[in-house]
Amino acid sequence: MAENNIKLQVKNLNFYYGKFHALKGINLDIASRKVTAFIGPSGCGKSTLLRTFNRMFQLYPGLNAEGEILLDGHNILGRDVDINLLRAKVGMVFQKPTPFPMSIYDNITFGVKLYEKLSKAEMDDRVEWALRKAALWNEVKDKLKQSGNSLSGGQQQRLCIARAVASRPEVLLLDEPTSALDPISTAHIEELIHELKEDYTIAIVTHNMQQAARVSDYTAYMYLGEMVEFGDTDAIFTTPKKKATEDYITGKFG
Amino acid sequence: MEKYNNEQRMNRQMMLDKLFRNVTRMFAFLVLALLVGILISLVIGALPSIKAFGWQFFMTSDWDPVSQKFGALVPIYGTLATSLIALLIGVPVSFGIALFLTELCPTWLKRPLGIAVELLAGIPSIIYGMWGLFVFAPLFADHVQPMLIDNLGELPLIGFLFQGAPMGIGIFTAGLILAIMIIPFIASVMRDVFEVVPTLLKESAYGLGSTTWEVVRYVVLPYTKTGVVGGIMLGLGRALGETMAVTFVIGNSSNFATGLFEPGNSIASSLANEFAEASGELYMSSLIQLGLILFFITFVVLACSKMLLLRLKKQEGKAS
Repeated sequence: MAENNIKLQVKNLNFYYGKFHALKGINLDIASRKVTAFIGPSGCGKSTLLRTFNRMFQLYPGLNAEGEILLDGHNILGRDVDINLLRAKVGMVFQKPTPFPMSIYDNITFGVKLYEKLSKAEMDDRVEWALRKAALWNEVKDKLKQSGNSLSGGQQQRLCIARAVASRPEVLLLDEPTSALDPISTAHIEELIHELKEDYTIAIVTHNMQQAARVSDYTAYMYLGEMVEFGDTDAIFTTPKKKATEDYITGKFG
Repeated sequence: MEKYNNEQRMNRQMMLDKLFRNVTRMFAFLVLALLVGILISLVIGALPSIKAFGWQFFMTSDWDPVSQKFGALVPIYGTLATSLIALLIGVPVSFGIALFLTELCPTWLKRPLGIAVELLAGIPSIIYGMWGLFVFAPLFADHVQPMLIDNLGELPLIGFLFQGAPMGIGIFTAGLILAIMIIPFIASVMRDVFEVVPTLLKESAYGLGSTTWEVVRYVVLPYTKTGVVGGIMLGLGRALGETMAVTFVIGNSSNFATGLFEPGNSIASSLANEFAEASGELYMSSLIQLGLILFFITFVVLACSKMLLLRLKKQEGKAS
């Protein structure tokens, strides 16, 4: 990877839940406008790692991250970082669809309104743009005033992606985005990830190894809080360097 | 033989089922019957006064047992004004308490604070009344009221609210005591409903770069609106009907006055004060009609809250 293509650089990251050492000396470069997947058995720390990228862990007392995470060269774990601004730059989509209790339109504008002042026409454009990005526009364009909860699960998840995309973040964090969805909705979302990586740096946590193989350019295999192997997705899945990785992806373990 | 046994058992279970269904239904209808019964007896009791005064009962402020002239304006105004004050003070404070307890409070402080709020709810109302009359009222009269009267009494439009003698007791003091009494109810209901908001929903809002206030205002409150309005209504219901504490501090005057610091009367406290000495049919009947009005006010308040919820739901967008 060329140096200037690195969006996020993790340097010797340690993470603690109180006394529990959950991430142990993680080093990792996440490439700009590529998809990086994190795989590994439950509890290996992949979601924890993802949640350090937007400092979501800081909502809870007793959680602590040490080390450095550089976003475009600036350490986002520093004390002087505006966390809200960071989260506007690093969007996140969760395991389950989480539409806000408001209309589809308002769901999209929610994050935009926090940081931008747009006219009604500009806002309408932005909503359409975001919904098109999330491949949802054709399904909802006639019912923007309806509640976000009226959509199906897969549509709700795409709404959440549209909502994250609408505030034009630089990085998108996807935390098992398809774990609550049926196969067809999952396929929709995977297609979407392919298209979104033209504009965004994407980090995805998944339990589904086929999914990681399908959508990602780079894959990181984690186990018990350590980064076991990280590299090209093709290489990881065809010629893993480590026995542990091979055992996991071939299903001997996990 | 075995088959026979099974049939017998089935029959028995069906009987029990039927019995169970009927018993629970009876309990449910008992509530309805009680409600209707109370309403009917109130109407019958109030008939003489309704006949004698008609709509005048609501519009006059005379309360003169000697010449048998009764008007309910003072207690109605007192009930509504004290409850309104209680809500104006109580709701923001409760909201703050609930918000702090669920979103901002460090873990070690959560339990003690939560228990303190619940204990506040357990204090008998007469204690609040005594505290209001003997501790709060003198302090208020000596230190706060003169200042308010001097500074705000001259204001145009709202100045009349702050005129009067600094006696400590009156409509405002009653409202304030009521506020303290309803805070634990509203706060604990709000805390409970705030706590059921899914973590992921809140994280999604934080994830877009919202501050805690924005998360609460645009996600937590809309998500919990039914519970929040329900909690406020619970508090309002208590404020409207509270008798003992209000009787202590409201002043029990049947002269009409709009000032917040003037003594007044509420429906519940005039009922408590005067039932024992109510002589004559008309006097008694007027008191019963007051009770009927209180019943009606509570009913209207409940209906309004249901309507408010329906409208909020419409704003949120149609759920198909």
